[in-house]
Amino acid sequence: MNILVCISHVPDTTSKINFTENDTKFDTNGVQFVINPNDEFGLTRAMWFKEKQGAKVTVANVGGSETEPTLRKALAIGADAAIRVNTQATDGFTVAKQLAKVITDGGFDLVIAGRESIDYNGGMVPGMIAGLTNANFINNCIGLEVDGNTAIATREIDGGKETVSLELPLVIGGQKGLVEESELRIPNMRGIMMARQKPLTVIAPLESNPETSSVKFEKPAPKGAVKLVSEDNLDELINLLHNEAKVI
Amino acid sequence: MSVLVYTESDQGKFKKGAFEVASYAKAVANQLGTTVTAVSINADDTSPLGNYGVDKVLSVSNSELGLFNAKIYADIIKQAAEKENTKIVIVSSSADSKYLAPLLAVGLEAGYASNVIELPSNTSPFTVKRNAFTNKAFEITQINTDIKIVGVSSNAFGLVESNGSASSEDFLPVIEPSNLKVESVDRTTDKVTIADADIVVSGGRGLKGPENWGLIEELANVLGAATACSKPVSDLGWRPHSEHVGQTGKPVASNLYIAIGISGAIQHLAGVNASKVKVVINTDAEAPFFKAADYGVVGDAFTVVPALIEKLKAFKAQQ
Repeated sequence: MNILVCISHVPDTTSKINFTENDTKFDTNGVQFVINPNDEFGLTRAMWFKEKQGAKVTVANVGGSETEPTLRKALAIGADAAIRVNTQATDGFTVAKQLAKVITDGGFDLVIAGRESIDYNGGMVPGMIAGLTNANFINNCIGLEVDGNTAIATREIDGGKETVSLELPLVIGGQKGLVEESELRIPNMRGIMMARQKPLTVIAPLESNPETSSVKFEKPAPKGAVKLVSEDNLDELINLLHNEAKVI
Repeated sequence: MSVLVYTESDQGKFKKGAFEVASYAKAVANQLGTTVTAVSINADDTSPLGNYGVDKVLSVSNSELGLFNAKIYADIIKQAAEKENTKIVIVSSSADSKYLAPLLAVGLEAGYASNVIELPSNTSPFTVKRNAFTNKAFEITQINTDIKIVGVSSNAFGLVESNGSASSEDFLPVIEPSNLKVESVDRTTDKVTIADADIVVSGGRGLKGPENWGLIEELANVLGAATACSKPVSDLGWRPHSEHVGQTGKPVASNLYIAIGISGAIQHLAGVNASKVKVVINTDAEAPFFKAADYGVVGDAFTVVPALIEKLKAFKAQQ
């Protein structure tokens, strides 16, 4: 099995979100970047396939050189090789096209991506790379087993879950459930040392016109203070929800 | 040139989200001076769509399409878009619509904006506002392609009734064979789903154990709400993972979110912040959730919630 794990380089959940250049660019000042949480569940599942089934695991990212520490972290967790497509990740469709080329050129038969990144939340890259490479696709994937050329995948649906069988090549939009949070791995010193020796290949991007472009960002209006209601006066809470908020 | 909307149904009945995306499509069609065509798959009766502005329904009835298949469904919508010479396709933010939309985007070579919360501010260039940074910011996005796909965030636009009627036309798309086989579906059908709910009642570790979940369920029943839980609760196995809401769980964008015994960790807030009104019930007045909430009660869930249930029953009886 030749696995590609797509890694998005995103601001840590606790980051303050600010914008610069007239609110057109995300302000990276003082922001710590991490492997996108949904991708990290997929990377950890890929490690299981490597250790139990002898899979080869490559990680890939579309971004500038500033994203390399995130790829090195994925190598330190145990991936065998890394690929960086050297262009800014401006929109989901362009990222998908860049990754589709990596997948076709590398002959990957299982691609694991996160269901969405926690920065732009587009939720489109996994499905688009499946469409572009003509592979099968499972979104919101919470369980994955592969035997030869056949996969059994479980996905979350509204109100429950569904299990399907299908053939490789396959693209997964993964999330928590592929592995549990307690199974996520923190790189150890040996992993970090070994990661320095592993190949990180930088490739030139495809030329592409963006299908969508980000024009501007806005921050939500500051929220008013919470209205506290005494626990002895719950009629007031019902009154507020009915007459003021109009939600019941 | 009509606006095309995919109106999802389940067991032959339209989902609430279908009427919301139909309402949104009607408003976009008004901006452009055109009509709305819906594509529906195995809905028993398509006439309710007329109440939300749909002029024509391309109705697919095919017993082989009983189970959702993203590739096949995306291909059906693509064929409908081509037949109608559509430039704008509207989809919802349900799990299934978010699953098929990227495949449809590739098929139509269309730019796709997801989590859109308002009508386009401009139709040329086509510009929409969407949630980004896990509800901590909005992104104004321009779609540059000839055909455009808009994914509307749940409960963002609401339902807008209009007194039209929808004509129905049998639609017979070409269906390619699929090697994807559904082995099992495990779903509670008697409960409101988090995705479809106007109101979500959510419980955290403050409830002390799974045996106390009756409180959450009873409050949800009175309100016609879906039930949810925080991450520790699903990690502890008190509730199934499918009820976990937050950054790594299900997203919530309800009109009312009631958090009981949930402190409000940043990862939890990230997943539920798109809800319009948030109520927090917690014993700890310093719980971070109070800073993100609209209304709060500082008190013990085991006394506040039963009292609230009784008062809500009385309130509902008067309505």
